[in-house]
Amino acid sequence: MPDAISVINVTKRFGSLTAVNSISFSVKKGEIFGFLGPNGAGKTTTTRMLTGVLKPDFGDVQILGHSMVSAPLLAKQKFGVVPETSNAYPDLTAWQNLMFMGELYGLGSEHAKERTLYLLQIFDLYEHAQKKVQSFSKGMKQRLILAMALIHEPELIFLDEPTSGLDVSSARMILSMLREMNSRGVTIFLTTHNMDEANTLCHRVGIIRSGNLIAIDSPEKLKDTLDKIHQIEVSFNRDIPEEMLRNLPGITTFSRFGDKWKLSAQDKDLAIRSLVALSEHEGMSIISLNTLAPTLDDVFLRLTGGEK
Amino acid sequence: MNIRMVREQTRRAFSIAKKDLRIYYYKPPVLISGILMPIFLCMAFLMGNKSVSLPFLIAGLLSMTLFFTATAISPVIFPWEGQTRTLERLISCPVAPESIIMGDMIASTIFGIAITLVALFIGHLIGVIVIHWILLICAIIIGSICFSAIGMLLSVPPTAVSQNIMLLSTLVKFPLIFVSGIFMPVEQMPGAGQVIAYLSPLTYFTDIARFSLTGTGYFPIYFDVWMLLLFTIILSVASIVLHKKTMPLRI
Ligand SMILES: Nc1ncnc2c1ncn2[C@@H]1O[C@H](COP(=O)(O)OP(=O)(O)OP(=O)(O)O)[C@@H](O)[C@H]1O
Ligand SMILES: [Mg+2]
Repeated sequence: MPDAISVINVTKRFGSLTAVNSISFSVKKGEIFGFLGPNGAGKTTTTRMLTGVLKPDFGDVQILGHSMVSAPLLAKQKFGVVPETSNAYPDLTAWQNLMFMGELYGLGSEHAKERTLYLLQIFDLYEHAQKKVQSFSKGMKQRLILAMALIHEPELIFLDEPTSGLDVSSARMILSMLREMNSRGVTIFLTTHNMDEANTLCHRVGIIRSGNLIAIDSPEKLKDTLDKIHQIEVSFNRDIPEEMLRNLPGITTFSRFGDKWKLSAQDKDLAIRSLVALSEHEGMSIISLNTLAPTLDDVFLRLTGGEK
Repeated sequence: MNIRMVREQTRRAFSIAKKDLRIYYYKPPVLISGILMPIFLCMAFLMGNKSVSLPFLIAGLLSMTLFFTATAISPVIFPWEGQTRTLERLISCPVAPESIIMGDMIASTIFGIAITLVALFIGHLIGVIVIHWILLICAIIIGSICFSAIGMLLSVPPTAVSQNIMLLSTLVKFPLIFVSGIFMPVEQMPGAGQVIAYLSPLTYFTDIARFSLTGTGYFPIYFDVWMLLLFTIILSVASIVLHKKTMPLRI
């Protein structure tokens, strides 16, 4: 069974800038794959190559077994796209935009009407069907664009930052729609800046930095790789001078955050024991003590060089 | 590509043409260069020119109308799609670049044919006599394809600023009008003008229109038709090849 997406040594240059540097990965059928990276890392460029909008300088992209290089029309028939920049036709109505997409994907006119009607209803756009898109709010536009990507019931869908700039409820609606589609077997490839989104939605994530794919795994496993260094948050019933913490066994760094101390430790167990010993020795009591699991944010910042 | 795919792609090209017609026919640049411009030129032409016969004049007007209407939509589509960022979506759909380009050409061609036929019909009502109807209608169809290809070629430079393309269009379109035997019969042109007239497809369409209305033309009619067809093929192929090259630069 072919993978939903397989990317083989894909490279894209813009003049002297290598926007995407020989990356390879694959996305299995039924997966939600998150593509993360800081601004300008090459997410959109990669997505455009996967969707056949840009031609890679080298390498090949296969969509459900069809090569984007040698059989682009067959490959493109298989997926729907929500591009980074919103782009329904502003001079057409929601209805006309959807019907036009139906025609481009080769749906018969009855089938296209049926799908258009259905999508307008589930995306809460039915009352606005006959209005031109230029009068739509950003949330309405984004819902319409998602609906346009789904017109032909694709088994794979690409989304480039589908929730950026949306309010919480619109973003939630789109995310729950994606989850629901995935439960029916649709493969989803999405780029995002939102770690929360990636963490709760994606089965696997890939992280790209300056055109290089630097990590690819499930969010949990990625967090695990950071587990060697633990974060501990502690507060005492009274203020203590820094010196007390300096030479404590097991603790590597510390800094004050309000009434709390944030510590990092190689050995969590040893660090906690020495904190307890310290408070006993000094006659203080510990008010709170938390060990913090690394978040996907930490992984991201560590890997993309935002934090040393 | 097998036959079934070609048929399917042709259907999709027509869907793109339908979308173009819906969106672009009332855009200001299209209205100005496709409707207002030919009307004003015709009026200036009718008032100024007393030395030539009426059928000659009507043939020139017809030719000018077709030229302006068929080149009205095609130059603005690509810059506009680039500007509204709708092109990316179009390219990610299962439509070949050729289908997109042909769809745009079809839209422009239909616009040209429709408005010219209306003008012809009005002319007919006020007493213009056409001798060779079938020839004229065929020439209008071929000529419209040819001129819309010229319009497409004008929008090959990958800019999203449609004003630049409009300026370029004006700079190309007006000189063509002057060298194509519309204001002045080819036989009365100075030598250099006659040479340039041979290089303009508009010359041959004008001559066919003249032949259809008056029964005589400057060139043999078969020569006119073949030249018009030849230009249509060359210009259409050129606009497809060149647009395919510049399309990715608009993303
Ligand atoms: N058409 C283009 N011409 C020249 N350079 C480009 C082009 N498109 C992208 N780039 C460059 O390629 C690099 C990657 O851009 P890309 O848009 O893929 O980043 P991104 O990860 O999507 O960023 P963001 O999070 O801001 O959307 C950037 O340095 C960008 O300036
Ligand atoms: Mg991007």
